[in-house]
Amino acid sequence: MMKILVCISNVPDTTTKITFTDNNTQFNNSGVQFILNPYDEIALARAIELTDGGNGSVTVINVGEAATEPTIRKALAIGATDAVRINAKPHDAWYVAYQVAEYVKANPFDLILTGRESIDYNGSKVAGMLGELLDLPSVSIIKKLDVSGSDVNVEREIEGGKESITLPLPVVLGTAEGVAEPKIPNMRGIMSARTKPLAVVEPAEVKTFSEIVSYETPAPRGQVKLVSADDTAKLVNLLHDEARVI
Amino acid sequence: MSVLIYTENAEGKFKKSTFEAVSYARAIADQNNTSLVAISIGDVANEDLSTLGKYGADKVLNVSNARLKNFINQAYASVIAEAAKKEDADIVVLSNSFSGRGLAPRVAVKLEAGLADGAVALPEQNGGKFTVKKTAFSGKAFAVVELTSVNKVISLVPNSYKIVEKAAAGTIADFAPEEKAGDFKTIINEIVRSTDKVSLPDADIVVSAGRGLKGPENWGMIEELAGLLGAALACSKPVSDAGWRPHSEHVGQTGIAVSPNLYIAIGISGAIQHLAGVSSSKVIVVINKDPEAPFFKVADYGIVGDAFEVVPKLITALKEYKASA
Repeated sequence: MMKILVCISNVPDTTTKITFTDNNTQFNNSGVQFILNPYDEIALARAIELTDGGNGSVTVINVGEAATEPTIRKALAIGATDAVRINAKPHDAWYVAYQVAEYVKANPFDLILTGRESIDYNGSKVAGMLGELLDLPSVSIIKKLDVSGSDVNVEREIEGGKESITLPLPVVLGTAEGVAEPKIPNMRGIMSARTKPLAVVEPAEVKTFSEIVSYETPAPRGQVKLVSADDTAKLVNLLHDEARVI
Repeated sequence: MSVLIYTENAEGKFKKSTFEAVSYARAIADQNNTSLVAISIGDVANEDLSTLGKYGADKVLNVSNARLKNFINQAYASVIAEAAKKEDADIVVLSNSFSGRGLAPRVAVKLEAGLADGAVALPEQNGGKFTVKKTAFSGKAFAVVELTSVNKVISLVPNSYKIVEKAAAGTIADFAPEEKAGDFKTIINEIVRSTDKVSLPDADIVVSAGRGLKGPENWGMIEELAGLLGAALACSKPVSDAGWRPHSEHVGQTGIAVSPNLYIAIGISGAIQHLAGVSSSKVIVVINKDPEAPFFKVADYGIVGDAFEVVPKLITALKEYKASA
């Protein structure tokens, strides 16, 4: 019976226009729809496939305040067995990894999955930090994941190619596109999600090492220069003489 | 104190992003009036190691050890942390490559360091405050992060810092790290790397196509255009979701974020999720038959026209330009 832990985060929907308040020091979450991080959805889908047919259990864990519970319930509706919420604001990746590691030290798992990155702060940090805190191997950006006995076989993305790797369980893996197709909850899942166990755990004390001071949005570009479809040579000249990129 | 830079290699050769990271780390060392130590792990020839001096490394530590030939983030993190302690480095710099993203967090935990991942500019050090600008919200914004710890780890986004060459030479010294048996549980079975193609995250020029291409059989002209420009290929999410192109080419909020000098988008309307992944491109060219396509709003140059007519004409124009250059 394999026990899988999937770390999930609650992030602004991908269609969100990102804005800030308080002199660009706070993310403006007014009117923003929050969703299960798309990469975590992939991790969850693969975890459910790997434990299909009573072959294990899938626990989802989130570090967040009560407002993240709809996202946690969504993960339960998709098919997680139970859920844990560490009741704290996710200060930074180190804070999140530390809280999850403390939980795992008391409640061991065979396989720990995270998304390759969250689409809000894009750190890709939690998998590596968890591996280090738990003294386990970790692989960050995997495109394929299979379990074979007490080993996992994964494919890791590298620039211009891939690596195929075998590791012994337990292990921490960051999943990307290709590992599984996200699952859509069905009505039965949605009904049962309401009654599945969701434990709320108070956070451990830990010092943090980073603070977000402010935010910036990308500088706007000037007006687009349109070139006639019949004059592609002009575009080539502009790219060479004006933009100096070719 | 000193600054330590991990110089990543692929098959024994340093990449452009490594030289960018060395130049960046040199500038941080200069900010702090200290020296820059580079650490190379794996099979890198001495002549390649000596090039690191040109980008500002005062000293290069060379770890050449059969067990460490291939990248294992757990083992490499131990080596880098050990070197940081021996060299009294309080700032460690890495490239925010695919490997770097697995490595930096492990190094940060070992050194009890704050980690600025995805840095896009030099740190600012004012009145004891150390802040770094980094990518956030998948390219839709930047966050300025203050690192409050004594030790600091920074990973630099490829193509975000210009290589600076100096008339200097570094020394090379062998470094024999301690080996921890527990670090070597990972077995690498096979490494497949296409050497004839430009890798997308490192590319100076990217040619990207979307649903406007109508089907995977029409990618020939896109490949030809990319070949002429020495560009990497990319695509939009619907294209990789439909299986027309591999996921590794998907640029956007849930794919790869790129920051090339030139991004050419063909038949891509410019959904907010796609724009997030390309907003750091220096110059954007959009070719789309719909003049209302949102992509034109963030483009520097545009052609309103059908991809099937414009792309072949552009290929002809590029060939003429190349013949005359």
